[in-house]
Amino acid sequence: MTSTSTSAAPAGSPAPRRRGASAARRRQHRAAYLLVAPFMVVFAAMLVVPLVYAAYLSLFRERLIGGTSFVGLENYVNALGDSAFFTGLLRVGAFLVIQVPIMLGLALLIALLLDSGLLYAQRFIRLAVFLPYAVPSVVATLMWGYLYGPDFGPFAQVATSLSLPKPPFLSDWMVGSIMNIVTWSFVGYNMIIMFAALRSIPTELYEAARMDGANEVRIAWSVKIPAIRGALLLTLIFSVIGSFQLFNEPQLLSSLAPSVIDSAYTPNLYAYNLAFTNQNINYSAAVAFLLALVIAVLSYVVQLSAQRKERRS
Amino acid sequence: MFEIVSKPIGRRAALAGLFGASAFVLSSCSGGSDDGGPSAEPVSEDAFKTAMDTDTTLTFWTWVPDIQKEVDLFTATYPKIKVDVVNAGQGLDQYTALRTALRAGTGAPDVVQIEYQYLSSFILGDNLLDLSGSNGYDQLSAQYPDWVNAQITRDGKIYGVPQDIGPMGMLYREDLLTAAGVQAPTTWAEFATAAETYRAANPSSYLTDLPPNQAGQMIGFMWANGAKPFTYDGAETVGIDFSSAEATEVIEFWQDLAQRDLVAVDPDFTDQWYQGLSQGTYASWLTAAWGPVFLQGTAENTSGSWRAAQLPQFTAGGTATGNWGGSTDAVIASSPNPIAAAELARWINVEEQPATLFATEQFLFPPSRTVQEAPEFIDAAPEFYGGQEVNKLFTEAAANVDTEFEWLPFMDYVYSSYEDVMGPAITGRGDMKGALATWEAQLKTYAQEQGFTVQ
Repeated sequence: MTSTSTSAAPAGSPAPRRRGASAARRRQHRAAYLLVAPFMVVFAAMLVVPLVYAAYLSLFRERLIGGTSFVGLENYVNALGDSAFFTGLLRVGAFLVIQVPIMLGLALLIALLLDSGLLYAQRFIRLAVFLPYAVPSVVATLMWGYLYGPDFGPFAQVATSLSLPKPPFLSDWMVGSIMNIVTWSFVGYNMIIMFAALRSIPTELYEAARMDGANEVRIAWSVKIPAIRGALLLTLIFSVIGSFQLFNEPQLLSSLAPSVIDSAYTPNLYAYNLAFTNQNINYSAAVAFLLALVIAVLSYVVQLSAQRKERRS
Repeated sequence: MFEIVSKPIGRRAALAGLFGASAFVLSSCSGGSDDGGPSAEPVSEDAFKTAMDTDTTLTFWTWVPDIQKEVDLFTATYPKIKVDVVNAGQGLDQYTALRTALRAGTGAPDVVQIEYQYLSSFILGDNLLDLSGSNGYDQLSAQYPDWVNAQITRDGKIYGVPQDIGPMGMLYREDLLTAAGVQAPTTWAEFATAAETYRAANPSSYLTDLPPNQAGQMIGFMWANGAKPFTYDGAETVGIDFSSAEATEVIEFWQDLAQRDLVAVDPDFTDQWYQGLSQGTYASWLTAAWGPVFLQGTAENTSGSWRAAQLPQFTAGGTATGNWGGSTDAVIASSPNPIAAAELARWINVEEQPATLFATEQFLFPPSRTVQEAPEFIDAAPEFYGGQEVNKLFTEAAANVDTEFEWLPFMDYVYSSYEDVMGPAITGRGDMKGALATWEAQLKTYAQEQGFTVQ
């Protein structure tokens, strides 16, 4: 492996040489810090400071009458007993369990098909699948909102002309409808990540597999998928985070179906409404932190279990 | 207000300022502005002249489209004053930005558009300038009906200049009603019968729609019936009570219609709803004075078939109505140029030329009786309404709005909570009366959490 050649001098080598090496190293370090400094400054100013400030805010309670008072962890205690918050968490949890496998499965299938070269018009398909990702989610939601329309949307009109009941996209099927929008938007994005990973697999592996008599399906299952496990894990973690952060879609659809999507439909929407409608910024900050905690724990669990599997295999 | 606010949809922006939601009463007692209380020191004539003759830049937040036209008239009269017109969002979006700026202590405008029902949430933090001592404001109340004065004053202090109002009435499709053998109802009892007859004749459409998200309309119905669900003393005490006979009568009426499937329950100001109006899915719209012009843009294809009528009554022969929507222009207390700012707010809304322009150009329904009675306004007989003098009808309605109606100092929450609690009950055609009680309980809890004393 190449890394050994650049690793530190072996133990027991003369002191002066070592000092010289570490001086050069220090210079290198300095350069490295200098290079990452612009990022770190922006990172600190735009991410760390607001986070710390939000954490600080979450420890207070400000009322319209009576001003601000320090309440310690009371906001967190309240949030843990807040059924609106938990209903939202459960909803996005269910969303995660159902939508993410469908979306990633589809993305993987398309990526494998494209990679296998079995399809005609590959470039066109690749672009067509990816294109929805380029549509801003706000636009996508407004567009789907129109398609879902219970009277004048095309689905409803087709159903009516076939004398079928109108599909309740914006009422009973709301969660499914949102899943569909998110899937439509993000299949292409995930597909591109997987496809890129597939392209980087050395083709010798396929030749070897074919020599061993494996067919395309077997190659896909036993060679390709294991080889792109890293990329799959990446898309999975992004999807977990994305599910818990659902906001645009329910926020926009709530004007079409205000009685279905309430102000606490997803935890993110709840935090937003707490801050800007209820003017309860402190409680909102606490809810946001708890949500971040849930996301962090889940992402870690996903990563950990994937690593374990890797080690076992 | 109206959810426009939190969920903007392009089309609504067109009619911007018009409808917010109902209005808002500052003064807890009768309308007049001279009933007691300390007013601000009058601004001397010299101070006024000096201020208006000094180079000044005012910032004006408003979402009224093309308001530059009125502002240009103002700056032509006062060439030393420059006005930056900023659209900081509509309704709730703007209030959020305003609260942020006020809290930050920088970036707030001098003059700002505020709907009647939101005035008290800004009075609460002493954020609005008392205009009663400003130049020309002593003449202000003479122009408006008592109820409008009641909305903008509290304890003799004036907190905003009325820009437009929304006295409620009814717009209906005369052709569809005639075909169904229904006459335009004048009482709610007739309305219920008409809804039943109409539905029997047209199984795929309804006499009207009761939007489950529209607290402004429901509160307007209650206002019209003399219910006073909210009180606020201007300090720390609020009252919330939907158990009155008047409020109960309203909710029971609509619950009955909803449960019998005699009204549609679709959210309003959505594409679906626009289509419903233009395709006859709803044969009437219980709306406010900003409605007639709005409808012309929404249902062009039905021109000539619509008529206007007064809001139906619970008591035969009654004339009472409520208000839904409309805005004021208020001056922020921290403005470094309070005299010029107060003059801008007054001038564009009160002087004949700009005030008439608001009515004829932006189609804001004028709060001022002078503008209402101007021939080019009151005699207008739009083709869309078969040549009916619609403005005359709503001018009558404007005089019949119940004088006293107050708001809570946290209407954002009131509306969002309505959507959460009342919305599903209306959509599900369920227990609206029970939901009303739940809503009331939620509002009381919120008020207590925010430190108010709840009566």
